[in-house]
Amino acid sequence: MKVNRFLGFVSVLLLAAFVAACSNQAATNEPSSPVEAAPTDAPAIGAPVAAATEAPAPAPTAAPQATTAPAAPTASGGSTLQTIKDRGELICGSNDQVPGFGSVDASGQTVGFDIDFCRALAAAIFGDPNKVTFRPLTAQERFTAVQSGEVDVLIRNTTNTLTRETVNGMDFAPTNFFDGQGIMVRKSDNLNTISDLDGATICVQSGTTTELNLADAFRAVGASFTPAVFEDANGTFSAYDAGQCDAVTTDKSGLASRRLSLSSPEDHVIMDVTLSKEPLAPAVLQGDAQWRDIVTWVIYGLFNAEEYGVTQANVQEQLSSDDPNIRRLLGVEGELGAGLGLDNDFMVKVISAVGNYGEIYDRHLGPNTPINIPRGPNAQYTDGGLIYGMPFR
Amino acid sequence: MAQLDNKLQPSKAIPFYRNVKVLALVAQIAFLLILGLLFWWLIGNMLSSLRRSNIPLSFDFLPQTAGFEIAESSIRYSATDSYGRAFLVGILNTLRIAVLGIILSTIFGIIIGIGRLSSNWLLRNLAGAYVELFRNTPLAVQLIFWFVAVILKLPRVRDAIAIDGIFALSNRGLTLAWPVAGESYAAWSIWFWVGLVVGVIAYVLRRQQLQRLDRPLVAWPVAWLAVLATWLVSWLGVWLFTGSSPLVIDQPHLSGFNYIGGVSITAAFFALLLGLTCYTAAFIAEIVRAGILAVSKGQREAAQALGFTPFQTMRLIIFPQALRVIIPPLTNQYLNLTKNSSLGILVSFPDLFFVTTTINNQSGRAVQVILIMMACYLAMSLLISLFANIYNSRMRLKER
Amino acid sequence: MSTTAQELERPQQQSDVGAWLRQNLFNGVLNTLITIVLVIFIPIVLFLIVRWAIFEATWQPVATNFRLLMTGRYPIEHVWRIQACMAIIYLLFGLSAGIWQGMVRTIGIGLVGFAIFFALFPFSVSARLWLVGSVVAALVGYFVGRPFSSKLRIPVIVLWLISPFIFWLLIRGGMLGLPLVTTNLWGGLLLTIILAVVGIIASFPIGVLLALGRQSKLPIIKWCCTLYIELVRGVPLISVLFMAVLMLPLFLPSNIRIDNLVRVLVAITGFSAAYLAENVRGGLQSVPRGQYEAASALGLNVFQTTFLIVLPQALRAVIPALVGQFISLFKDTSLVSIVGLAELLGIAGIVINQPEWLQVTGGVEREVLLFAALVYWFFCYTLSKISRRIEAHLGVGTR
Repeated sequence: MKVNRFLGFVSVLLLAAFVAACSNQAATNEPSSPVEAAPTDAPAIGAPVAAATEAPAPAPTAAPQATTAPAAPTASGGSTLQTIKDRGELICGSNDQVPGFGSVDASGQTVGFDIDFCRALAAAIFGDPNKVTFRPLTAQERFTAVQSGEVDVLIRNTTNTLTRETVNGMDFAPTNFFDGQGIMVRKSDNLNTISDLDGATICVQSGTTTELNLADAFRAVGASFTPAVFEDANGTFSAYDAGQCDAVTTDKSGLASRRLSLSSPEDHVIMDVTLSKEPLAPAVLQGDAQWRDIVTWVIYGLFNAEEYGVTQANVQEQLSSDDPNIRRLLGVEGELGAGLGLDNDFMVKVISAVGNYGEIYDRHLGPNTPINIPRGPNAQYTDGGLIYGMPFR
Repeated sequence: MAQLDNKLQPSKAIPFYRNVKVLALVAQIAFLLILGLLFWWLIGNMLSSLRRSNIPLSFDFLPQTAGFEIAESSIRYSATDSYGRAFLVGILNTLRIAVLGIILSTIFGIIIGIGRLSSNWLLRNLAGAYVELFRNTPLAVQLIFWFVAVILKLPRVRDAIAIDGIFALSNRGLTLAWPVAGESYAAWSIWFWVGLVVGVIAYVLRRQQLQRLDRPLVAWPVAWLAVLATWLVSWLGVWLFTGSSPLVIDQPHLSGFNYIGGVSITAAFFALLLGLTCYTAAFIAEIVRAGILAVSKGQREAAQALGFTPFQTMRLIIFPQALRVIIPPLTNQYLNLTKNSSLGILVSFPDLFFVTTTINNQSGRAVQVILIMMACYLAMSLLISLFANIYNSRMRLKER
Repeated sequence: MSTTAQELERPQQQSDVGAWLRQNLFNGVLNTLITIVLVIFIPIVLFLIVRWAIFEATWQPVATNFRLLMTGRYPIEHVWRIQACMAIIYLLFGLSAGIWQGMVRTIGIGLVGFAIFFALFPFSVSARLWLVGSVVAALVGYFVGRPFSSKLRIPVIVLWLISPFIFWLLIRGGMLGLPLVTTNLWGGLLLTIILAVVGIIASFPIGVLLALGRQSKLPIIKWCCTLYIELVRGVPLISVLFMAVLMLPLFLPSNIRIDNLVRVLVAITGFSAAYLAENVRGGLQSVPRGQYEAASALGLNVFQTTFLIVLPQALRAVIPALVGQFISLFKDTSLVSIVGLAELLGIAGIVINQPEWLQVTGGVEREVLLFAALVYWFFCYTLSKISRRIEAHLGVGTR
């Protein structure tokens, strides 16, 4: 009986502790209980400015910095930037299966075009491009990883689409690679148009826009195909290589990069058809304007650096440049970095760490790499491309 | 006395904090309360984070257009169909692989289980090696091995191993000649049902006859014979009258990119079926072996003494008794097989799980999609348990 | 009848090879046929496999990526920490084998065999030295443990109990001057073992509580436990993993971030607990009613009866089932590669796709997957043998 009473006591104690813990949670998170709190949360989406003025308390550290950006703090009670700073590293959702964009090299390092943008962000925040953890994400889990706050930013050749901005709750930064979906086939098959592929088996990765575009494109010309859908890029391309499919489809950049890892690359050709526009852009979770601005302007900064000729090698010399554009970009003039909650010389750190946009491109995708994708739409606007950095002003 | 009783009554009564019934009630209420609070907190968190990222928690996406193709489907499906239909395709694919897998692994498992008890030393140890090999490696590894290292290594479709018009085996799968409805099929189809009715009648009549003769009530061979005879005769009749066969053989032939015609088993389906069958058969073999060993030795000896052949002893004496021991664990294996079919994603087979992950990604409704998937798997598990229980209770009734 | 005559003679011929053959391979027409077929068939298959393994297979990817397969992307400069853990395990097993002999020695011999077996492969020199070093540690432990068995008993038990914390500290670091190695770098066999061991240890208490709850007389607790057990057992592990990885973060306040590994561990624990509960329930039901009655006759209350009388007996009866549960958990860890953790199978996938092996005719899938399968098989087979021994051991005890 003693034990009985003891147990009763313990259960009451546990209950009390639990209630206390819960109310504590409620007090720090939201003023009222979670279910009731939801409606007060809802206007934050419709009217972010109002919400920000209503709830200044949750982000005390970020508030003084956020002078220019009307930073609507996330309901989590702290700006993303502060969370990252407190953690001491950036968590970047990345790809590790597309050589050139993101892959693991023989020494176990994650490298690639997208990876360098993660490093650039880490450099902008911490001044150290290595203060970043790469979280390899599959196509299926990437959006949930952003939604749940598991990764701070998603730079994993992800196409910017309307649904993803609305339904999936993403906020896209400027496109860092303009791509289009293509189809790779065997040279010996002599295929030129989508109609030629009527009745073919086509390898495609599941959970991508690619999968949807493929169905659309065939429907448009009234052709039929048998899909062979795989969960990851490795599976997709090894099945194509083994001859299980007549064609394989993904972004043209991916095709170019993956062609090299086929057993005999010269036997394959990327067809001269483009199924879709695929603007690949970094994405962050909706609701933290400051954090989105940081990602956005680091990318614009990289674009501008190329335009103005600021490179990894000459960035220190350029600090004494007379060009006001360069002076503002590098933070010699103005308080532009502070507006983002960063140091004014954040672009100096970024460029010293990874170089400008052109350098990143050449390092991973340029003519000296096995992948070798021509700049095309990814050239500076001055060279007839679409890369156009907004002014640092 | 009465006064004394009254006086004693209150002190005799157990105080509420020592009353087992009250304590039990309090404990349960506390438990429920804790559980409720926990759920309230969890769901509250979920709702707020869903609101934050602007994801509605409704099922209105189900009738929306899915937009993606599914590699294989037992019902008509195209990219213009809805998410709901895509779910249905996934469910049907899972059921298809589960049913076939259960049948094949049972047959295969029984053969190996009996092989393990064979008096032949080589066969016994070969079966033992099989069981130890397949039981002790993960199914995921086996599936990937079957798919990547065996099936993808088969010849390409142009150089398929094929006998023209009969079958073709390539790394895209197996295509077999298959009977399909011919011109006069409509005329014959009524005879299909007539045949079944004849079968039922024959079964009942034969049973009565056997009862009269006081012989074992094994009526199904005659019944099936009647069915087949009806089908065959009507088939010949229709052929003679209309001049065309009701069923014609659809022969596979290479046309364009793929073999068309006949019936085809895709590489993914084949790999998954192979993997599930080989893996589950190893477990079933052990169950069968244990079941047979559980039948007392006297039964076998008695059967031998009565002049039964070893095959008859196994089929008529040992196995029916072993079945009672076998069925409960066997049901578990069937459940495992069904659940394991979710590994189809590793071999690109569009089962329920794979389709679910795709729908999740294309629609962005993680919570609802996962709920639907879980509910479907639960329903399938319950269904199998139900069938097993019915069968089990039938076996028990016969015993008494 | 001649057959009866033969039967009578048989006992005398038992030692005879010819008789053995007749009895085991050629007793009857069917068996003779089977034997002939198998005698032709087995050597051919074996010959083909051996020829392939020795002359045709490319084992290079396994050899060069041995570290990756064993420890994942764990930084090379810190791999010594894992090697230290392995050496400690071997040493502890050596000591225990010396002290207790019997069962433990069998396990120890298995472990040493494992190390020696892999040391024979053409792996890098350091990897082979590490394996040999571990064997030496085990042998040293054994020969130290044997003479001092009585003195070392308590210290070794204490060491076993604190070893998980030592391993955690060594592997994760971040304390005592050891640099932190984040969990996303853990991988390969290391991660497989961590997942399985942590999963089984964490699910054990939950499983026991669930089993007790299901047997409880309190209807609400009983129904809740039953509901949980049946719900979890009705769905595939992969869907639970998927749910944990995608939905667990949604269920927690957004300022709490949980590591992917922890999420997977939560899923594995919750899943395994339901199965464990059913095993324990079997054990609980096997405890005779008399035990309960005797306990209450002695004046023990419900909790004393449960924890002092019933559970010890129930758990003893289900030890083999628990080992079986551990084996299936060990195999099931291979599914976490689907949710993005690179355990042994995940790493095998990475190795297969390394560009170095693209030019190998026929690919290297078979070699790498067979290696992974062999590692899994070795562990599971050893464990199942151990389980069978425990079963036999316990069986003797109860009779």
